[in-house]
Amino acid sequence: MTTTTIPHGESFQAGEALGLDHRKLGMWLFLATEVMLFGGLLTAFLHTKLRQPGLEFTAESLLLVGLNTFVLVTSSFMVAQALDAARRDLKGRLRLYLLTTGALGVVFLAGQAYEFWLLAHEGLSLTGSLFGSAFFTLTGTHGLHVLIGVVWALAILLAALRNRGLSSNRVEIFGLYWHFVDIVWLVLFTVIYLV
Amino acid sequence: MTATPLETHSTPSIRRYFGWSTDHKVIGIQYLVTTFAFFLLGGAMAILVRTELFAPGADLVNGTEYNRLMTNHGSVMLFLWIIPVLAGLGNYLVPLMIGARDMAFPRMNALSYWLLFVAGIVMIASFFVGAAESGWTAYVPLSVEAPSGQTLWAISVILLGTSSMLGAINFLTTITTMRAEGMTFMRLPLFVWSMIATSLLALLATPVLTVGLVLIALDRVVGTVFFTVAQGGDPILWQNLFWFYSHPAVYIMVLPAMGIVSEVLPVFSRKPIFGYAMIAFSSIAISLLGITVWAHHMFTSGMDPRLRVPFMISSMIIAVPTGVKIFSWLATVWEGKLRFNTPMLFALGFISMFLIGGITGIFLASIPVDLHVHDSYFTVAHLHFVLFGGSVFAVYAGLYYWYPKITGRMYDERLGKSHFWLNFAGTNLTYLPMFVAGLLGMPRRVADYAPEFTLVNQLATVGSLLLAVSTLPFLYNVVVSWVTGPKAGDNPWGAKTLEWQTSSPPPEHNFLELPVVTGMPYDFGEPRRTPAASPAGAAD
Repeated sequence: MTTTTIPHGESFQAGEALGLDHRKLGMWLFLATEVMLFGGLLTAFLHTKLRQPGLEFTAESLLLVGLNTFVLVTSSFMVAQALDAARRDLKGRLRLYLLTTGALGVVFLAGQAYEFWLLAHEGLSLTGSLFGSAFFTLTGTHGLHVLIGVVWALAILLAALRNRGLSSNRVEIFGLYWHFVDIVWLVLFTVIYLV
Repeated sequence: MTATPLETHSTPSIRRYFGWSTDHKVIGIQYLVTTFAFFLLGGAMAILVRTELFAPGADLVNGTEYNRLMTNHGSVMLFLWIIPVLAGLGNYLVPLMIGARDMAFPRMNALSYWLLFVAGIVMIASFFVGAAESGWTAYVPLSVEAPSGQTLWAISVILLGTSSMLGAINFLTTITTMRAEGMTFMRLPLFVWSMIATSLLALLATPVLTVGLVLIALDRVVGTVFFTVAQGGDPILWQNLFWFYSHPAVYIMVLPAMGIVSEVLPVFSRKPIFGYAMIAFSSIAISLLGITVWAHHMFTSGMDPRLRVPFMISSMIIAVPTGVKIFSWLATVWEGKLRFNTPMLFALGFISMFLIGGITGIFLASIPVDLHVHDSYFTVAHLHFVLFGGSVFAVYAGLYYWYPKITGRMYDERLGKSHFWLNFAGTNLTYLPMFVAGLLGMPRRVADYAPEFTLVNQLATVGSLLLAVSTLPFLYNVVVSWVTGPKAGDNPWGAKTLEWQTSSPPPEHNFLELPVVTGMPYDFGEPRRTPAASPAGAAD
């Protein structure tokens, strides 16, 4: 992909390519598939909820999930800061913000695990009821995406620690993913817990 | 990767086709060969199915075995042949046609192929642990209760979907960012336009199938209750998720085929294509409309009758862009200097066969007709006219057309023509009687049938054997001509698209010098504008 003799994109005309480089466009297209993936899962969830009333979430669990949402939104802010640091080539700040992003992702996952544990104690399970199947599949898929994001953040952090001129493009593409996962959560939070 | 790719002119070893390669031409050939092997496998299953149906009663296989045969015939043909063979042609051709060195993501491209390869092995493995037996549509609850091969089937299709999505990302990115200088969108060859339309569909529809398959796999393996009616689950949910992908998938299977036909017709008519922009935009229109029609497969599934009507209307509207293409092709051929080489025969065969398949599709979209012929052989005949008479004919047209480019050698025209005529006769003999069987009320997917359907079934079985035989001259031709065929030269057809402006087979990074495009790809009969491309740096 990175031959020195043939730089990709050398030949296209400026302005015709939406002003995007191919990795960024590829990421956007990937996110389009992710929109449809979560769209399909959300449809399945809403469909089951229409057929069978779901769980009444307690005030405590709403507070927990609300805090978790705040954590995730904050992590998105950290990614934006990391990108800003990468663009200005501030290596120390870049590492700090990447680490914070990953850490907040871990906090979110821990919060989600705790919530799952509480719900399991209330008798909700993946196999016991339609709502349980739909709820855990949907939120679990999102959690898996956060986990992948955390691993990705740490991979970039490692590259940054090795101090080999990290391109801001790489941070930006990761940021696209992370913001997307964050936005998906805002939709899920609204639909699952608030509606 | 190689540091000085442009200087290598040595004949590359054949071994590179058996391992990890990031060259889009190698990957394209890997796709073509692998998928053709699956075509033969799916064909063998079809022959077993047709042999069983030669006479009423279960003689050759029992009911379960029959269900497994017809399920895997469909799955292999759709998921491991038609969809990926077109992706394979796209892989080989798109970078060449737009004047690029390779795809935008060569390693992801290789990953797409190897996902297909692994998925094929998983699919074959599923035959040995109690093969899937609930039809390629895998309707629940059948697919939840089926033996464990169904789980492998689901995994295989998820992998294939992933391969398809990665391919779509790659095609769209490549076409957007890597066109040669002067290759504007409105100068793209129509095959490339069809790959844009197909990729959009693969991108937006495939994830929804993935969701459905994951839910089935979870129900089967983990014990979730998405489709367990006793717990409130809903089998119709699967049908919606499945058809949201699988109807657009029909366009994924036919749009690139239409693109191939749009390449072949002007070259063998020596005329500019008629209605370039309309053909290009109608592909996009078909993909956008294509994601609004899925529930026409579910008219008999107990949906709200008021909901049926919009789906009927949207399904019928698809006939409009399709008709635009067909009339444009006819106008292209009209008064042309026709050369009836094998690619042209298959392209013309495509138009006539696809027309039959398309028009019966409008019958089926019409609610009152569908209620009568749903799940009958009428549907089977319709889909085979679209996918065999349509897509497979176009694939053959493309394979013959680009054979001299891919191999550097010319195929044997006499064998090619006999392949076409056997195939054409076989297609009609196999599938036309199925329309009759369906109208008489013969249900699909049953190993046994009432005696009054015997004649039509025997005709269809004889036709299927003819189809099997017709493959032999093709295989012989492809293999032998590759070794002993006469050198084809760079542009034996006198075509104007960019893949013909480089050597046959093309050098490692396609062009010694990147071309600069100065005209339309189909400017036949206008010598002033020949050639459509000039070497980089040359004055316009």
